[in-house]
Amino acid sequence: MSAVIEEAVTPPSPAPRAFLDVRDLRVHFPTDDGLVKSVDGISFQLDRNQTLGIVGESGSGKSVTSQAILGLHKGTTARIEGEIWLDGEELVHADADDVRRLRGSKMAMIFQDPLSALHPYFKVGAQISEAFQVHHPDASRQERRDRAIEMLRRVGIPNPDKRYDDYAHQFSGGMRQRAMIAMALVNDPSLLIADEPTTALDVTVQAQIIDLMVDLQEEFGSAIIIITHDLGVVAEIADDVLVMYGGRAAEYGPADEVFYRPEHPYAWGLLGSVTRLDRVREERLRPIPGTPPSLISVPSGCSFHPRCPYASRVGARCRTDRPDLEETTADHLVACHLPPADRATIFRDEIAPTL
Amino acid sequence: MGRYLIRRLVGVVLMLVLISMVTFSLFYTVPTNPAVLSCGKGCTPAVIAATERKMGLDQPLVVQYGRWAKAVFVGRSYGEGTAVNDCPAPCFGYSFTRETPVTGIVKDAFPVTLSIAAGAFVLWMLIGISVGIVSALRKGSLLDRSLMFLTLAGYSLPSFFTGLTILLFAIIKFQWYPIPRYSSLLDNPFLWAKNLLPLWVVLAILFAALYTRLTRANMLETMGEDYIRTARAKGLPERTVIFKHGLRAALTPIVTIAGLDLAGLLGGAVITEKVFNFRGLGAVTIDASTNFDLPMLMAVTLLAAFFIIVANLVVDLLYAVIDPKVRLS
Repeated sequence: MSAVIEEAVTPPSPAPRAFLDVRDLRVHFPTDDGLVKSVDGISFQLDRNQTLGIVGESGSGKSVTSQAILGLHKGTTARIEGEIWLDGEELVHADADDVRRLRGSKMAMIFQDPLSALHPYFKVGAQISEAFQVHHPDASRQERRDRAIEMLRRVGIPNPDKRYDDYAHQFSGGMRQRAMIAMALVNDPSLLIADEPTTALDVTVQAQIIDLMVDLQEEFGSAIIIITHDLGVVAEIADDVLVMYGGRAAEYGPADEVFYRPEHPYAWGLLGSVTRLDRVREERLRPIPGTPPSLISVPSGCSFHPRCPYASRVGARCRTDRPDLEETTADHLVACHLPPADRATIFRDEIAPTL
Repeated sequence: MGRYLIRRLVGVVLMLVLISMVTFSLFYTVPTNPAVLSCGKGCTPAVIAATERKMGLDQPLVVQYGRWAKAVFVGRSYGEGTAVNDCPAPCFGYSFTRETPVTGIVKDAFPVTLSIAAGAFVLWMLIGISVGIVSALRKGSLLDRSLMFLTLAGYSLPSFFTGLTILLFAIIKFQWYPIPRYSSLLDNPFLWAKNLLPLWVVLAILFAALYTRLTRANMLETMGEDYIRTARAKGLPERTVIFKHGLRAALTPIVTIAGLDLAGLLGGAVITEKVFNFRGLGAVTIDASTNFDLPMLMAVTLLAAFFIIVANLVVDLLYAVIDPKVRLS
């Protein structure tokens, strides 16, 4: 029955190239104030054992993209277009219950604030074993408990058999995030989405959590999407980087390319806004001027043009034409009207010396 | 836990003693003289003085309170010789208006009030919580807006209005339902429920409206929490997300309010009892206050305070069970 429905609604398109293949994804929310275009045409690919970093300011559509992959917008008023292929299955047009069955088993998510993301009234261990049970309905109570304790041990929680019966408020911040990771990994997911996994943690714990994710990826061979505005984290673990601005991709390419040869002025701004303690005080923090765009009325043309210091070099095109994401060097895509040669010169002469 | 309980129980007793002192001094210093009130035709100062002596009203207030408190444990007799009024322990006062110890009156009236309160409680909790959930899950729909309008109406209509409307139209004019008269649960449970149903409905309309709005608001807030998103991200079916993860958090704060509302009703549903002419604690309270029956008023006030204090303790203990963040100490 479900196979028939899938055939009927899945649009014809070329077979997916990668384990995760997101094609022209759009997520729009109708609200009283207008249509919020949170994600407006995002495409990327990700293979197993690979890590994609999605960076951008708050409200650039990072989290909405990841929640759309998980199908968390199904059944809401959100309008979703495009295609999401996971291991040969298309998810956007799939039945909500089929996607639910994949959620937590084949694809799992780690959330930003582990205190609010864990249920305050259920034991941490019980929440993990519940995640196991829903995808393994035949497991006995003891098997579920053993599995949850095993996961708690694997993410580095001491005395896991005792901590199983603790509540979230009895865990420290880092422990809570470890527990969230244990919950996400309890069904050996092949795609792990981490939405700002270290933002709510202090710096020493951040490094531990990142190390843990890298170790677990080596062990399980999962594909990881890490969403963050912490460029340090991305530089450390990502193979590819997608820079999002106003619900669209500004720059997308291998991490080394994006970090060492960034071409989009917004990416330059992000790199420049990293706090540098080795500079004089006034120079330590250099923010990008202006505020992220409203997703209801995105600026015309290039949505970054009101904040772009180089828009004047191009002229009216920045305000009227939306730049396409175009390849500059191999696999390195940039959406900018500046001629590629100019971008390279500006970065080499004006940006790189200040970084 | 044990020590906490002992400390709280001591607190309950102290609070009751304090309330009894305050009510005693208030009631016995009001500008009415029970001896005058109980004095019929042909009243002379000599008769009043004799009655005052018999009731103990000629003594200082402190002595009067001491005697009242002592009677709770050992009982008391008023008067001497042939005209003796006995009040065996536990004696919470003697109603000279009705010529009987108040303990007996309360004993007769309490089952009526308990029946009214318990049935109404079950009814309003069932209706309020289920309608609240439906409304929250269909937020903004025509159903939700109609239900919210109805709850606003239900909450705004006073119980004497709904009570009298049901009584006058459904029962007396159109005779859809027999005139309710209290009958004991132990004699015939079916008849008990049948007789009490109109009173339950009147109270449930009022409280269910409030609980619908509470449940809806709590449910809406809970369903927007991050841990609900986590539950969905785990791949749990939506009904588990709503009824396990959502309801568990949404209903927890309602326990407190429900406990206190039930306790408040146990002190007597004054208006509803009066409308349907049920002899519960509420009706007793009204009669006592119109007749200046001070010992009776004293007893029902203490009883009502007792229910509120005990309900507070029970709710606190219950909270320690249902909310893991609360630790008793």
